[in-house]
Amino acid sequence: MCSPRLAGKIIIPPGIKLLSAQSGLEWKRKVSANESEQFERIVLPHLDAAYNLARWLAGNDHDAADIAQEACVRALRYLGGYRGGDARSWLLAIVRNTAFTWLKKNRPQAVVSIEDEQLSEIADPSGTAGTFYSADKGALRAALEALPLEFREALVLRELEGLSYKEISEVAEVPVGTVMSRLARGRRQLQAALNQKGAA
Amino acid sequence: MNCAEIRPLLHAHADDELDVANTLELERHLKTCAACAAELKSLQSLKTALREPALLYRAPDSLRKEVRQMIKDTRREERSREVSTPWFWKYLAFGTTAFALLLLLLRPAGISGRDQLLDEVVSSHVRSLMVEHLTDVVSSDQHTVKPWFDGKLDFAPDVKDFAADGFTLVGGRLDYLHGRAVAALVYRHNKHLINVFVWPADGDLKTETETRRGYSVINTTAHNLRYCFISDLNAKELGDLAGLCGK
Repeated sequence: MCSPRLAGKIIIPPGIKLLSAQSGLEWKRKVSANESEQFERIVLPHLDAAYNLARWLAGNDHDAADIAQEACVRALRYLGGYRGGDARSWLLAIVRNTAFTWLKKNRPQAVVSIEDEQLSEIADPSGTAGTFYSADKGALRAALEALPLEFREALVLRELEGLSYKEISEVAEVPVGTVMSRLARGRRQLQAALNQKGAA
Repeated sequence: MNCAEIRPLLHAHADDELDVANTLELERHLKTCAACAAELKSLQSLKTALREPALLYRAPDSLRKEVRQMIKDTRREERSREVSTPWFWKYLAFGTTAFALLLLLLRPAGISGRDQLLDEVVSSHVRSLMVEHLTDVVSSDQHTVKPWFDGKLDFAPDVKDFAADGFTLVGGRLDYLHGRAVAALVYRHNKHLINVFVWPADGDLKTETETRRGYSVINTTAHNLRYCFISDLNAKELGDLAGLCGK
């Protein structure tokens, strides 16, 4: 296995097969007892967060469980790359990479990269002012699920997991400016979808 | 600044990520611009709506089980490998452990006492989440949780529910920390669980915030009680709860 660390970031080599019997044997041989102990301390407490992100990115329970499990396998393998800091962000970055690798392979049409526009272009006040949103779970969930992958990811990390801009930029491997632009555009689309539903 | 410059900053402001200089500019603008103020309100209501706990997915038990099994398999393999370890590695390992223990014993007592407490706090927090023994008494009613501690502790912890401020009381349990029985109060903020350990203070302590193994930890004293807050929540929000408890 090549070194997964590069300039402080976790790089997950592309093309790793998900849940194949071979990769299962490979990681087993490389993990020490100390590492499995570390894993219980660092990774297990954040399993819910890992699953939540996988579930929002994958869109269904079955794929989400596969992705979350594969992410745990990788987390165990890359424990050496964890240098303190926020364990949840570290794990979420792995989940994110695992999910994107999986999506590119199994649902390439879902991973259409969005051109990240400049922040100034989101300045357009689109008549959403003054609208208030109630917690209609079904409508919220549907609207969030319908968002483009990158916007959904940013919003889930920010609003559901409470990550800071800096943490999101590390997880999604984009600059903070891009995180801000994605959040703003994602919220605008969310507002528009909810307003439409409210009007209908 | 005009509206076009303000609009992108509204998001950062709603997210509590705007620097002081821009925040001052923005607040000045909001006083005179009803449209931007309304946009900010709308944004905040969207954020509140998204805090709906039903939007969070919890890891299914089957996944939890599979991941634990994966660790167990790893351990077993490790043990079976130990048998074939050459003898000199064993002596080397023994020597290293003995040396490490010696270093540990020689550390200044003050630092290690505090470090040890923090380690205990983190372990206790993690354990409470792992072994499904988060609470002995499950109730969001402070009048149920507080009397439950009566007769179990030699002090009466202050138990309050702060659901209105986003910190819902989940329950309480007895725990053992720093060589004594302590009260552990459990709060939930969004989906984050927070353990609050409470015991009588021996003196006033400056409030200290730090990160330990990825968890935020806040130590403080209030009303002659020692409080230790721990969670995977960020330090700022954990500080909000510390502030509420200290009132």
